[in-house]
Amino acid sequence: MLIPKNNANQMRSLILIKIAESFLKDRFASADRIPLELRPKGEPHSRCCIYKDRAVLKYRAMAGMGISPDEETDEVTSLREYGEEALARKEKARSKLAVIDIACSACVKAQYMVTNACRGCFARPCQVNCPKGAISFVNGQAHIDPDKCVNCGKCHEVCPYHSIIRIPVPCEEACPVDAIKKDEFGVEHIDTEKCISCGKCLMSCPFGAIVERSQMIDVLKLIKDTDKKVVAMLAPAFVGQFPNDIANVVGALKKLGFADVVEVAVGADITTRKEAAEFVERMEEGANFMTTSCCPAYFRAAKVHIPEIEPFVSHTKTPMYYTAELLKQEQPDCVSVFVGPCLAKRVEAEYDPNVDYVLTFEEIGAMLVADGINIEECPAEEFHQISSAQGRQFPLSGGVAGAVASLVEGKADIRPEKIDGLSKENIKLLKRYATKGCDNNMLEVMCCEGGCIAGPGCIALAKKASRAVESYVAKGENLKDKE
Amino acid sequence: MEKLTVKICSGTSCFVMGAAQIQALEFTPPEDIADKIEIIEVRCMNHCKDIDATHRRGPFVMVGDELVSEATYEKVVNKIREVLNKDCK
Repeated sequence: MLIPKNNANQMRSLILIKIAESFLKDRFASADRIPLELRPKGEPHSRCCIYKDRAVLKYRAMAGMGISPDEETDEVTSLREYGEEALARKEKARSKLAVIDIACSACVKAQYMVTNACRGCFARPCQVNCPKGAISFVNGQAHIDPDKCVNCGKCHEVCPYHSIIRIPVPCEEACPVDAIKKDEFGVEHIDTEKCISCGKCLMSCPFGAIVERSQMIDVLKLIKDTDKKVVAMLAPAFVGQFPNDIANVVGALKKLGFADVVEVAVGADITTRKEAAEFVERMEEGANFMTTSCCPAYFRAAKVHIPEIEPFVSHTKTPMYYTAELLKQEQPDCVSVFVGPCLAKRVEAEYDPNVDYVLTFEEIGAMLVADGINIEECPAEEFHQISSAQGRQFPLSGGVAGAVASLVEGKADIRPEKIDGLSKENIKLLKRYATKGCDNNMLEVMCCEGGCIAGPGCIALAKKASRAVESYVAKGENLKDKE
Repeated sequence: MEKLTVKICSGTSCFVMGAAQIQALEFTPPEDIADKIEIIEVRCMNHCKDIDATHRRGPFVMVGDELVSEATYEKVVNKIREVLNKDCK
């Protein structure tokens, strides 16, 4: 089923809009109003009271200004003061995911629970199948002894009344690498050594307690308060993320203050060529398989959590790398801003001297709204360099492998397989492939299920966006014909 | 029976504030209303420029003749059911 964004995610967009508005209006002089405007008096509240809602909104707004809530030293510091801090900083806000401790509801530890639907039946399959003897019957209903239970889920599977439910901890469940854990008070914390910055915890938390430092203010300062040439590099997933035609989107970004707008799909064409050549070379050398490398969350996961697969990971650089390299060769004085669906790209950018800032589509959307720009009314502008069909299909699951395969054809035998979504199970699968071998020889790994069009920084529905990308791919020239 | 038109604003402001997500109605609408509605994406309806502030903020969705402001998927579905029920009576 298609699940639209929930209130917590939608609120994130509104917070970003408010922050951008506050920047544009008076450079944060009245930023303290943001939580009040988002939760005005008399409106229904969603936490214990309106004041707690506002307190949490303040922390979420801090993150939107590029200041992590765990950097708070004095609770009295106001949003206006944090705004001033953001305006004054010379260094950009560095990528970091963090938990707002007061917003974390400290969900009960993941467990199985018997509900009132239990009929205390005669068959008692739960008791019979429990490997640890953890189930007894109290007052005619099953009871799980938490000290004996190992969370195997057998009872849950066999109950004929579906009376045993599993209560998960959403962020822990979503994190593919066990990087988020409870402290002694039940509040979640992110282990930055383990974290791959995929953003799955942020998307899954029902309390909106997980935030990420934004670089939106850093970029707004550059485009509004300096005469630096700031260039937006639009990730291939941008197609379908904004209403109206692509040409109008380019016009809108220029109106917002970007000096130029380039397409990262052009860099993806370079990645396709190089990765195809690398694949042919590796197969000639007798490698069992090769995996893609353009998903930064996977790239980091391979390094930290699946070291056995590292030798199989392609050495070809990402579309962002090649696009930024080209851009800085042509315009060495410009400031480059990657605009994409991805949070992990911020980490990749920290290791890439040619990429100065990373924004999400959501942040760019918030900036446009705050500046009163309606894309439809903006003049149509074309990209200088036009991408091919291959580069354009990168944001779809199967797209990268498909693009590479189209250039490998005839030069080597290629059997692509897509790993659609970096789940706990898929990490195990990759480990197995690395040690025991794989029947297919080209593994495309994308951390977000569905591809980049389903990334945490997206605005549009994945299904709708993938249609838009597909039609853009169909209009593109074949890279093969360009050779 | 004539279908109930649901106009979802796709002006930049509404789109970013959440109208993009309400488009889920095009793909997987709840079964009870699925064949009774027609979803139309419309250009900015200018409700956001209405300064007399009767309508607070986007996303804006028109369900038949009724305006839903600060629309969410859930709010729009509820409004559709309400209008459909009224029409039945």
